[in-house]
Amino acid sequence: MLGKNQTFVNQTPLNQTSVFVKRKRTFTLVFLGTLALFLIAAAATNYDVIGGFESIPKAIGWLAKNFVPNAKAWSRLPDILTKLAETALVSVAVTVCAALGAFFFSLLSARTTKVNRWIGRGVRIIAAFLRNVPDIVWAILLMFSFGQNILTGFFALFFATLGMLTRTFIETIDEVSVACVEALQATGATYLQTVFQGVIPSSLPEIVSWVLYMIETNIRSSTLIGVLTATGVGAMFDLYYKRMDYSAASLVVISIVVLVIAIEIISNQIRKVIM
Amino acid sequence: MSEFVIPGQSPVSLDLHKCMRKTRGGKIKIAAGSKSGLAIKLTIFILLGLTVYGLLTFDYKNIDLAKAINGTWSNLKVLFGQPRLTYSSFAAAMRALLVTFSLGALSTIFGALIALFGALLCAKNIANPIAANVIKGFVAFIRAVPTILWVLIFTVAAGLGSVAAVIGLTFHSAGYLIKAYAESIEETDGGAIEALKASGASFWQIVSQAILPASISYMIAWTFLRFEINFTNALAVGAAAGAGGIGFDLWMAGSFYFDIRELGYITYIVVAAVILLETIATKIKARVR
Repeated sequence: MLGKNQTFVNQTPLNQTSVFVKRKRTFTLVFLGTLALFLIAAAATNYDVIGGFESIPKAIGWLAKNFVPNAKAWSRLPDILTKLAETALVSVAVTVCAALGAFFFSLLSARTTKVNRWIGRGVRIIAAFLRNVPDIVWAILLMFSFGQNILTGFFALFFATLGMLTRTFIETIDEVSVACVEALQATGATYLQTVFQGVIPSSLPEIVSWVLYMIETNIRSSTLIGVLTATGVGAMFDLYYKRMDYSAASLVVISIVVLVIAIEIISNQIRKVIM
Repeated sequence: MSEFVIPGQSPVSLDLHKCMRKTRGGKIKIAAGSKSGLAIKLTIFILLGLTVYGLLTFDYKNIDLAKAINGTWSNLKVLFGQPRLTYSSFAAAMRALLVTFSLGALSTIFGALIALFGALLCAKNIANPIAANVIKGFVAFIRAVPTILWVLIFTVAAGLGSVAAVIGLTFHSAGYLIKAYAESIEETDGGAIEALKASGASFWQIVSQAILPASISYMIAWTFLRFEINFTNALAVGAAAGAGGIGFDLWMAGSFYFDIRELGYITYIVVAAVILLETIATKIKARVR
């Protein structure tokens, strides 16, 4: 009996390498590939590996000493909160406006609801284009005509968000509403009835969830665009930072963190209820 | 009112009209109101309200909207219609692109390494729950600080250059990947871990034989997604923090030389690079799965 079992174990086909050898080979390949990429990248950027590691404790020490809000910084809190509210409102407004546009576009392009094949394809190409032009390009371009205005950041984020949300909404509609659209069409519902009774109710939870996610992302992006276009809380940070008023700058960072975490918690709660 | 009688039992009322909800006109409502429906309506209502309030109260500084839009439209035509390099050369732009690509790659590699250990420490199914919660809170804090602020902070502390950019970008990548990796690890089959534990395997044996094989494909997909994000972040950081690379060239062309044609040329290069990365990432994701 034992002998029979052993021959059975030894009968692994020779041309089939064992799982473990295969795993090891994949691991080695991934490791070598990463190492090569690391060396090329470090050479291209003149990255000082040892200096990089050394700078971390130094930076943390510096942060602990200088990056603490003092009494003077706290007196600036009302100004900071006003700008923070502005940035938050811009992110919400941009995301909501872009979501309305994106929903309309995605209806034109989703497999289940598209009117025409060419319009559908055109919308997809425009969305891919909008998504792939980085928001800083939009910001720099809009600076020429809009100057340092709140609308510069608004439109820069709007285009990037529109491209992103159009793609996700198309995917959502295609994923969620195929069955109910088919059922509604079979009963002879008109296009608008299909959209309002089938597509919107079935895809709304996903869409709201994506909008909440984009609001979170846009608050971070609008900080960056604010540094470039001198608006909102990003400009506030940049101002204090360039004046080397680091304790006021740290208060800006802390208030952004509180806002972002608060929004994350609220949207997680909403998601739990609606999904 | 109809009644349904089962022999030997009391009659059961089948009055469906009692269970239906009707509109005032007498039509039967198709969808029953639910808690989630109410939450969705409330969320949309609040978001729309905030949007209208924001749009009405923003400080537009008396901007001439029609003129600005017309100006942007003609700039847009120049940007995409007549790209030309004046201050830079194609070779220099490619070198700058390589720098941005490398900044993204370095921060992704560092971020992934840190995240691998971080995720092992905070995945619910293998980690100590107290340590996991502490790390998750810390990571949420790191993720909440915008990348650009990390880079600017490290620029002061570590000096201008690739070190500040890479470390600043790494912070956010590590935070993001720890969350993503931990979620992939938490999806590992609990039975495999238990079986290895019962046979006396050590922690690292469990990690290398049960957890990594099961979750590595998700991890690779997340890492490539992050690499795409890091590439655009490296661009932005180059523009806003002067960290070099093609992002800095974008900023110079637009806000220093005021040359829209040069901006257009560099934009085309950047967009081509982003599309190429997306295509490669999609191919790798498809092969891994």
